[in-house]
Amino acid sequence: MTVHKNLQINKEGRLKHFLSTEGLSRELLTEILDNAENFAGVGERAVKKVPLLRGKTIANLFFEPSTRTRTTFELAAKRLSADVLNINIESSATKKGESLLDTLQTLEAMHCDMFVVRHANSGAAHFIASLVSSGVRIVNAGDGRHAHPTQAMLDAFTVRRHKGSFSGLKIAIVGDIMHSRVARSEIHAFNTLGVKELRVIAPKTLIPAYMSALGVKVFHNIDAGLKDVDAVIMLRLQNERMQGALLPSADEFFKMYGLTEKRLENAHPDVMVLHPGPINRGVEIDSDVADGARSVILEQVSYGIAIRMAVMSMCMGGSE
Amino acid sequence: MNICIEKGRVLDPKNGLDKVCNIYTSKGFIVSVGRKPTGFEAKKTIDASGQIVMPGLVDLSARLREPGGHGKANIASETKAAAAGGITTLCVPPDTDPIIDTPAVVELIHQRAERSGKAKVFCLGALTHELGSERLAEMYSLKEAGCLGVSNAMVPIKNTEVMRRAMEYAVTCDMTVFIQPEDPWLGGGSMHEGAYSTRMGLPPIPETAETVAIARDLLLIEATGVRAHFMRLSSARSVELIRDARKRGMSVTADVSIHQLHFTDRDVEDYNSLCHVKPPFRHHSDREKLLAGIMDSTITVICSDHQPHDSDKKTAPFSATEPGVSALDLILPMAFQLVDMKGADLNKLILSMTAAPAEILGLESGSLTVDAAADICIFDPEKVWKVTEKSLVSDGKNTPALGWEMKGKVTHTILNGKLVYKNNESK
Repeated sequence: MTVHKNLQINKEGRLKHFLSTEGLSRELLTEILDNAENFAGVGERAVKKVPLLRGKTIANLFFEPSTRTRTTFELAAKRLSADVLNINIESSATKKGESLLDTLQTLEAMHCDMFVVRHANSGAAHFIASLVSSGVRIVNAGDGRHAHPTQAMLDAFTVRRHKGSFSGLKIAIVGDIMHSRVARSEIHAFNTLGVKELRVIAPKTLIPAYMSALGVKVFHNIDAGLKDVDAVIMLRLQNERMQGALLPSADEFFKMYGLTEKRLENAHPDVMVLHPGPINRGVEIDSDVADGARSVILEQVSYGIAIRMAVMSMCMGGSE
Repeated sequence: MNICIEKGRVLDPKNGLDKVCNIYTSKGFIVSVGRKPTGFEAKKTIDASGQIVMPGLVDLSARLREPGGHGKANIASETKAAAAGGITTLCVPPDTDPIIDTPAVVELIHQRAERSGKAKVFCLGALTHELGSERLAEMYSLKEAGCLGVSNAMVPIKNTEVMRRAMEYAVTCDMTVFIQPEDPWLGGGSMHEGAYSTRMGLPPIPETAETVAIARDLLLIEATGVRAHFMRLSSARSVELIRDARKRGMSVTADVSIHQLHFTDRDVEDYNSLCHVKPPFRHHSDREKLLAGIMDSTITVICSDHQPHDSDKKTAPFSATEPGVSALDLILPMAFQLVDMKGADLNKLILSMTAAPAEILGLESGSLTVDAAADICIFDPEKVWKVTEKSLVSDGKNTPALGWEMKGKVTHTILNGKLVYKNNESK
């Protein structure tokens, strides 16, 4: 009965907001990756700037604390020659929607061109995109458990750089799938980009209901799940998961799901290991693996800037 | 005033009546259905040809936001909306502010309702003091003040001992306990647990949040012998639990809100906060089983579960919005849609909004029996209109039905023989 509007796309089918990897075509996702490929070289130059967004103002609107994601967004904006405003708002003060609305109206009055938003509520970026005036663009930097689309795209970028293409690949995501916005965005991105098989590996307590409806195979046993995979994406396990009734202890999690060299023997010989960071050594990943030859964790960070440059310039480039 | 309602299709399920005839009211009562009483002189004649004449609706649950609502909805505005929706009697749950746990609050609500004069308003009293789930409320005093039952509204009673004693005390006071079943730990999310909650990353409310609570309370009801009514069922499994209990001869009844029969978790897509409701909209198979539950009389009541909100309470990221739907205006046309869309039995639907809820409240109303109060609703089943913020009489514009082309509209509502609502476009 509701009409599904794709807020992310303008009339010409170009990217307007970047809220989720869901609902975007393979062509569009590929275009993001291709553009990021062009930007990847900018950071290696002596002058690390292109004038694409000169005169534009981008506000980083973080309702949740973040260092890494905010920094890479900031760097990306600066390399595009935009002016950047960092606004950290304690989420406790804006738990009520009224103040979020008020905050937005205040910021809009400052004539920002783009908001990069992180918020603890799923759907917050959609909510903001549906409210801002038509000239303002929204990039989702993480909303609740829902989406973290730039992280997913930089992971896809990293995979494509190493493997050349997505067809034929088997990819496994391991860890706290239930609470992970990264996992949800990766699932939509990799499925749209055409991987052969996507797996999620976790105890039943960390897998949400009807998971397979998203187009993944669910494994509770990591050894079975890692069999022949071309890439493993490890998720960070938050300490607070051990406080409730989801997991007994970090030690037991590592025993059952921690990624070790031994476990990786099950995977494809050329398997690559990704992690959105920050990593918990000895909880979800063994140091030998994190620092080992198959790990691309640091590469991911630098590609993150290129992906964010691509997304920002694409959103700002199109018409209404 | 003597009123003659002529040539309408008179539908009175309690009396098994479905025929075109006239109805005559005098001095606030129905004096004849069919033949004109000798010497009757109509002061007013309403031409109801092509329309349905039925008992005024009895709504088991409507929040009027007074006392304590800090928005603009209040008893006057919402009873006006009730009249526009064909509702002549409604029942207010105890979670007002202050809570309905003293006779003074009951009296206040009765007085304000009387002043408005648009609908008969009754109250459910609190089951526990301040709905705190620790001490019993003064149920006997509340009953004396006119409460028709007791309830802890949307606050689950975690402590099983308190629930047991509250039921026993309600038996002592001969009051029905109204229970909205929710396990407080499982019920902490904001939408139905299913493929959509997983995709959207919204904290889920599993079906077991409801069924576990029903199962526990059914055992306590059986042990205490209390008369109990389960409010707002949302899942197929809950319908089965109630069906089994009724088969075993337990005195339990159940209701469903009108919107649960129309919407599903799919409608939450795009984080539509107008679909944020508790219990949540569930899978479409649940919706089908709820309707089947009405058709086989497992669920005997459809209510509005009216919860008006100011628009800012719905303007926020989904989980941060207030749950609830405004429904007084729409319960009747939305019920009629079930006849067209799902082939539901019209008699049964009307029964579930008139005599059946009246019976649960211990009221005589909900029928067109001669000598009963003249509480009558006249409904034009063919009138097509659009649901907009403006066309809704309630101060709460928060319904996911906004924008719908609705078929069917109340044209007249008569309360105690007085016309309390007339649609301007009607004849």
